[in-house]
Amino acid sequence: MTIHSNRRAFLKGTGAGLVIGVMLPAMAKAQQKSGAMAALATDEIVEGTFAPNAFVRVAPDDTVTVLIKHVEFGQGTYTGLSTLVAEEMDADWGQMRATSAPADVTLYANTAFGIQGTGGSTAMPNSYMQMRKAGAAARAMLVSAAADRFDVPAQEITVSNGVVSHEASGQSARFGELAEAASQIEPPVDPQVKDAKDFALVGTDVPKVDSRAKSDGTAQFTLDVYRDDMLTAMVVHPPKFGATLASHDATDALKIPGVVKVEAVSQGVAVYGENTFAALKGRAAIKAEWDESGAETRSTEQMMADWAEAAEGDGKEVTNKGDAKAALAEAATTHEVTLEFPFLAHTPMEPLDAVVEIRDDEAEIWMGCQMQTMDHGAFAKVLGMPQDKVTLNTMLAGGSFGRRATGDSHFAVEAAEVAKARGKGATKLLWTREDDIRGGYYRPLTVHKMKGGLDADGAITAWDHTIATQSIMAGTPFEMMMKDGLDPTAYEGAQELPYAVPNHRLGWAQMESPVSVLWWRSVGHTHTAYAVETFIDELLAKGGKDAVEGRLALMGEEQAREAAVLKRVADMAGWSGQKGFGLAVAKSFNSYVAEIAEVEDRDGEPHIVNVWCAVDCGVAVNPNVIRAQMEGGIGYGAGAALYDAITLGEGGSVQQANWDSYRMLRIGEMPNIEVSIIESEADPTGVGEPGTPPIAPAVANAWRTLTGERMATLPMVPIAQV
Amino acid sequence: MAITFTVNGEERRVDVDPDTPLLWVLRDELRLTGTKFGCGIAQCGACTVHLDGTTRRSCVTPVSMVEGAEVTTIEGLQSPEARAVQDAWVGIDVPQCGYCHSGQVMSATALLEGNPSPSDQDIDEAMAGNICRCATYHRIRQAIHTAAKTLEG
Ligand code: FES
Ligand code: FES
Repeated sequence: MTIHSNRRAFLKGTGAGLVIGVMLPAMAKAQQKSGAMAALATDEIVEGTFAPNAFVRVAPDDTVTVLIKHVEFGQGTYTGLSTLVAEEMDADWGQMRATSAPADVTLYANTAFGIQGTGGSTAMPNSYMQMRKAGAAARAMLVSAAADRFDVPAQEITVSNGVVSHEASGQSARFGELAEAASQIEPPVDPQVKDAKDFALVGTDVPKVDSRAKSDGTAQFTLDVYRDDMLTAMVVHPPKFGATLASHDATDALKIPGVVKVEAVSQGVAVYGENTFAALKGRAAIKAEWDESGAETRSTEQMMADWAEAAEGDGKEVTNKGDAKAALAEAATTHEVTLEFPFLAHTPMEPLDAVVEIRDDEAEIWMGCQMQTMDHGAFAKVLGMPQDKVTLNTMLAGGSFGRRATGDSHFAVEAAEVAKARGKGATKLLWTREDDIRGGYYRPLTVHKMKGGLDADGAITAWDHTIATQSIMAGTPFEMMMKDGLDPTAYEGAQELPYAVPNHRLGWAQMESPVSVLWWRSVGHTHTAYAVETFIDELLAKGGKDAVEGRLALMGEEQAREAAVLKRVADMAGWSGQKGFGLAVAKSFNSYVAEIAEVEDRDGEPHIVNVWCAVDCGVAVNPNVIRAQMEGGIGYGAGAALYDAITLGEGGSVQQANWDSYRMLRIGEMPNIEVSIIESEADPTGVGEPGTPPIAPAVANAWRTLTGERMATLPMVPIAQV
Repeated sequence: MAITFTVNGEERRVDVDPDTPLLWVLRDELRLTGTKFGCGIAQCGACTVHLDGTTRRSCVTPVSMVEGAEVTTIEGLQSPEARAVQDAWVGIDVPQCGYCHSGQVMSATALLEGNPSPSDQDIDEAMAGNICRCATYHRIRQAIHTAAKTLEG
């Protein structure tokens, strides 16, 4: 492709020269198989492509490819970000394609973190303006190129559905026809974006760019990467958290045909097979001894008891408004609860996997990477190569729910070590479901102790609350986000109540364990929303108040958005305080969600029949994607609340192994869901996580009105004893 | 050991350990990567293929069992039911991460091939073996009804 000298200066200035060098071979002529329907871009770049900035490519064949800096793992970011670019370019939706941007922090940092990565439901908020400006810049350059070609003033040119026209002279050209000429135009410094009222695509249900490829088996995940002479590796991991390898015997494993190599790595013993089955059989034949001196040996039961004891104290101070203890002492009525939350595994559908190919003095990696910058650094460090010799291709990922975003990049480190121990060539590291379920990085086991006080009129006067849980951030690079030794992920959602309670105390008892913990879809809100929303419901009931009216009465002007979703959902469900209906509202990741669940008693177990959900996430860029995320967030949260716990048995070994003992929500257990989106002009906020927090407390509240039983221990359905 | 069977209408011969699960033969040997691995123990349905016309979990099917049989994978789906299912899937954007959907589409297609107008309960039963961690179940149900209607013509 030709790069004009002006363009070269521009590219250099922004670091885009690198992107062109590294990236172009890997992207982006379009796959034409689905006709007008947009598809995933997979093929090679072609001559004459217009690359106005790091995010947009217009090919001579008239396809527009958007480089997506976030991993696509189901949250719809390929579609959402492409919509913004298409909107500002006035492109035709059918010409849009999406592909993954390379790992390059100078170009693709998440503006919320300063590094390239996805999490905290930030993809849309942090890219909203960036992608719109990228699209607007491309449009301005195409218009300039057309003005030159048509020999007319740029102001007289209009753009619609990917066609640039000059009405008076009857001239027009498609984007693709202008691509080469537009490459010669200087990019505008501060491109003008549209007024929200002129949006044509934003706010509509454009079809997702990747639905076809994800329905016909052609979408490429890391598991689908096969390289010449690739070996498949599996690792024998320690049987307990904190245990390390003492010794191993590979004699039997090496006798198995197809097993080519066995190597000790820092996480255990790597077994290399010519194919997956050989690796599986080889791994089963390894004999390993472990040093368990630093291991967690407590059972879940013992840990729960330790956590509960710590929650009896005040912990580190997080919130201290008024005097909760004095108010409790004076209260006419008090209410006390202890809530127990188990460890939870994320179990994304695609287990963790990566392909690492080592060549003479460079390496290439394929992985469904969520924290590109950190993983990229970890790969380079372990491989002993400068980062610019390590190419990291972000693949579609089969779900994450937080699991692929680890501060210690443990999986990248393991993949790099395993590949390095093999040497030159390609190695695919595959975790089985058992590795995944037993591999830690769980939602932390947590105990809440709450005490509430009501005055003689039933008004809430005191709220005293201690949370005992491990820190997710401490000891990881995310520690720099902690202030005064406080990890907000331990208590977010509980430090400020949306309800006017005059005396409110919250403390955090920081617990320690070798069990690794991690953010799990909606992070701290997975337990704090449950605690706050079941407790308020019970206090309101004790005070003789309706769950909706009682909440609204405690919300002030600052809670206008919470109140709006609450009213909307109450209308949708025809709320009248019916038995078997329960509600919850939660703000998380700057979005507001209220849900009402209708629950039946099926042989002593809750069955969720219907869920109504109202969400305020600012401008609804793609309502269809938002509804899908609410549906998915509800199903994900409901399944875990109903059925799931990772438990450690006597001695500290995980008692679950696969989806036979870690029960997944299935289609017959999925409620009907109706979602309503609040109209808003506020900047868009996250949707990947906020659907999850309210569902569990809504179900618990429904169950209490139905049966009179409180659900103080999760999961709601007792797990089968192993 | 050499084993011969038909995949997507084509006769294939593989020389592998006869205990190798069909899943890994399809993927590692034949490079048909549409069929996915999720659990390896017949719990999730990500590896669903059609074996002589009915659904089968390829992760627990030793390749020796399919000697002489006809296997269809997502790559070889061609029936009108399959098309209707895939179009309905795209029509309401069922997939999120998409990883489970080869298996979901295989199960849904087999359901409609045997039962042209399934009830909600038929759907729940036929699809119970297919986990979706993104919980797209709600749309799966809807899309199967849509596909059934399209086929009615
Ligand atoms: S991989 Fe075969 S059922 Fe899960
Ligand atoms: S779409 Fe992600 S597991 Fe089903």
